[in-house]
Amino acid sequence: MNKIAAIAGAVVLLAGGYYLGTANQPEPTVIKVPAAPKAEFASDGAAEVIAASGTFSVRAWETPTSGEVIIVKDGESIQDAVAKAEPGTLIKVMPGTYKETVYIDKDNITLSGVIEQGRYPVMEGEGVRNDAVLYSGNGVTVENLYITHYKGNAIMGQAGNNFIIRNNYIVDTGVYGIFPQLDKNGIVAHNIISGIEDAAIYVGMSDNVDVVYNQVFESVAGIEIENSRAALVEGNYVYNNTGGILAFITPGLPIKTCSDVIIRNNFVVNNNHENFAIPGSLVSNIPSGTGMLIMACDDVVVEQNIVTGNDSVGILFTDFSLATSASVDPDSEPNPNRPKILNNIMQDNGNNPAPLVRAFLATKLETRGPDVADTVGMDDGCILNPERFRTIGLDKYSECAFSDTKNVLTYTLPEPVAPRTEESNMDSGKLAYYGVCAGCHAYNSRMIGPPTQIIQALYMDNPEGIAAYAAKPVKKRDDYPEMPPQGHLDEETRLAAAKFMLKLSK
Amino acid sequence: MFRVLILLTCLLANAPGLAVEHAIVLNADCPPGFELSSGHCELRSLYQMYPSLQEAGVGGLKTGLPEWRDGFSPEQTDLGRYLFFDPVLSGDGSVSCASCHHPDQGFADGLGQSVGIDDSVLPRSAPTLWNVAFLKSFFWDGRASSLEEQMQGPLYDAHEMGSNPQLLLKTLNEIPAYQQLFAQAFPNDFIDSGSQVRLDHIYAAITAFQVSLISLNSRYDQYAHGYADALSGPEKEGLNIFRSFVARCAECHTPPLFTNQQLAVIGTPEPEGMPFDAGAQVPMKEPSQRGGFKVPSLRNIALTAPYMHSGRFASLREAAAFYTGGRGHAVPKGEELKIHWHIWEPNLTDEELDRLVDFLMTLTDESFKPEQPSRLPSGMRPVHNNVADAGGIIDGASNHE
Repeated sequence: MNKIAAIAGAVVLLAGGYYLGTANQPEPTVIKVPAAPKAEFASDGAAEVIAASGTFSVRAWETPTSGEVIIVKDGESIQDAVAKAEPGTLIKVMPGTYKETVYIDKDNITLSGVIEQGRYPVMEGEGVRNDAVLYSGNGVTVENLYITHYKGNAIMGQAGNNFIIRNNYIVDTGVYGIFPQLDKNGIVAHNIISGIEDAAIYVGMSDNVDVVYNQVFESVAGIEIENSRAALVEGNYVYNNTGGILAFITPGLPIKTCSDVIIRNNFVVNNNHENFAIPGSLVSNIPSGTGMLIMACDDVVVEQNIVTGNDSVGILFTDFSLATSASVDPDSEPNPNRPKILNNIMQDNGNNPAPLVRAFLATKLETRGPDVADTVGMDDGCILNPERFRTIGLDKYSECAFSDTKNVLTYTLPEPVAPRTEESNMDSGKLAYYGVCAGCHAYNSRMIGPPTQIIQALYMDNPEGIAAYAAKPVKKRDDYPEMPPQGHLDEETRLAAAKFMLKLSK
Repeated sequence: MFRVLILLTCLLANAPGLAVEHAIVLNADCPPGFELSSGHCELRSLYQMYPSLQEAGVGGLKTGLPEWRDGFSPEQTDLGRYLFFDPVLSGDGSVSCASCHHPDQGFADGLGQSVGIDDSVLPRSAPTLWNVAFLKSFFWDGRASSLEEQMQGPLYDAHEMGSNPQLLLKTLNEIPAYQQLFAQAFPNDFIDSGSQVRLDHIYAAITAFQVSLISLNSRYDQYAHGYADALSGPEKEGLNIFRSFVARCAECHTPPLFTNQQLAVIGTPEPEGMPFDAGAQVPMKEPSQRGGFKVPSLRNIALTAPYMHSGRFASLREAAAFYTGGRGHAVPKGEELKIHWHIWEPNLTDEELDRLVDFLMTLTDESFKPEQPSRLPSGMRPVHNNVADAGGIIDGASNHE
């Protein structure tokens, strides 16, 4: 009787999960640019739905565009287009094969593949190139690319806020498929990734990232959230990896914490792939057959996932005892504090535990792996309906005081991260003057260049004159060396520095 | 004004009879890179326009700086400069801070193992002082947590500068010129006629000078701020190799400082004949940190050969090639090290190593290099240009792999 009730409940919950999953409409992939070439994706209606409801929008921001479009055709170079692009440019990449590394070191660039009749623009690494796309600008979108045979990563971000990585097809690209690192506010959605020797999707040292609706398989780790805060992992299909979904602290990194990760509405199925990680890497320690692994990450919510057929364990909460290959970092707190396991469907897990898990089970006089294990035995965890699952180490868990996280539609920010707020010392003219010009000019004493006072007397009300001269100086004074050109500062900054220089009084 | 003073003092140095009458006056201007704000010098940099995740100061091109030290007065900074170059701080007057941290050698000394008092050969190399304002831990093994704490190591080590607190105080308090300069730099502590120089004054002044050594205006920085032509094609290739997840350099040498300030066990070899250095294991009493050293900044790295904690690699090319030699390839037999996970086999080609070196050369910037005083308050001559002479010097520059 109990069992039937449980199954009925499970079906209802499953339906509920399904409902929630579809209620959060996937973000529109329509590319809203005038004069856009053919072969866009059609609207899926999300914009209309949101407009009709008029109450909220989820992940609705886009990389700002200026209307400028550059089209890259087969045989041309994507990097040449990036080099020409001003912020706000949409770069359309036509189907074809592109053998290059593309790096985007400017803001608000949309790199968008054009898919025709299922034909993608292919970025081909031929097993010799390092990474397909590197970005370090804010507001970068990378979408609709087929990326294969790179040695490093398919798409790697380094401190680019407000990124969107979506609809990419990534096959066999080495270490990571998609790797945003040290970024704030981003979306990784609707990518299909396989054959990665570390994590297919790896969110490293980042804040406010949604990883949603991706398909990841045949990789060592499916989705890894590492040393990050406020990450939503939702609606992903994660199967046949060594480990499915990971939320982790890696010790020894400069950003030490991991917290507030919601893992919900995912399919985490049959993650039994042999571990083919590089020896020495942290993921080389993951036991094959791990559905989810939460290591040292705090306030992780596991909700409405279907976790089935993972041969070692469904969900594993642990400390650094798995990270035996890393040096101890006293600044990294090892416990997975306040774990929260809401309703989930877990079935058929632990049928053939990997040796490491088998050894752990032996200490508990068990041979079959559980649905949920907590190797630390946390006393601040909670779980709903624990009687439904085979568990180890959850004796001190209480009943969760809440049943869902539907108030959190997204962990991305409602608006893109703005540039640093204008503070009193954030005047670019002042910063350029003291940070660059002051190497040669002091207010009233001779350094390498003439004193600022003398320049003030010469230019008075003419900051434009200073800015122009600094860009292309000519030798003026026999008693001073020729000024090196300062054209590396953009016009605006040069003018601001000149204005600051003219009003300086000490 | 300052330059004039220097010229003047140069002249005076040749005329000792006059020197007494023209006492040194400390510079009332902040060093370049700093704004004078209510008597304090505050750092200003274009990097302050950028955010940084969790304020950690690690990221990519347009990422803000980590927390820094500033706020000293111009006079304290200038007093620190005199102390830094003055051999009177050493036990026998033979070495100054600048002996091992020479401004013309990237504030290092060009040696694999530095040479201290009595030509003692020390176990590790002198790290650069450029950008120490941003660092949270000091020494190769990270055992000090402030510059004030750090400097007491070399000052009082029998083999480095060979002084001790009592001697140092006695020496400086017996030099009237220093008495006057400390009074200029710390006026609130010298109101009474009997006021004495204290150790914390000395530490603060030297710290003030050290944190003024800012290097954030390299060609790389021009590129980072948005000037695409600042780097050549090969240099940009080098940047992309540097930050790629194949070479993984930027994972630990993370912009904008090109260090993530963590400890890492990477397993570099010692020079021939030198015993294995246990590194951070010793201060941390942590076996898994055996062979662990602080990730050094790569800014001005082209100026500070040889490389690694004991200078095993003579050139940047050799240092870069270490990382493609295979995980643990140089670990001595019998040592079990927890080699960092980013050390792997990236199989970098010769061309890629060349490009990496091209890129590393773009991190050089000495535009804020301070003047070296030609006259010192102690009346002693600067010694930092004397060539270190030690029979047993292991010079990394002649130690090719």
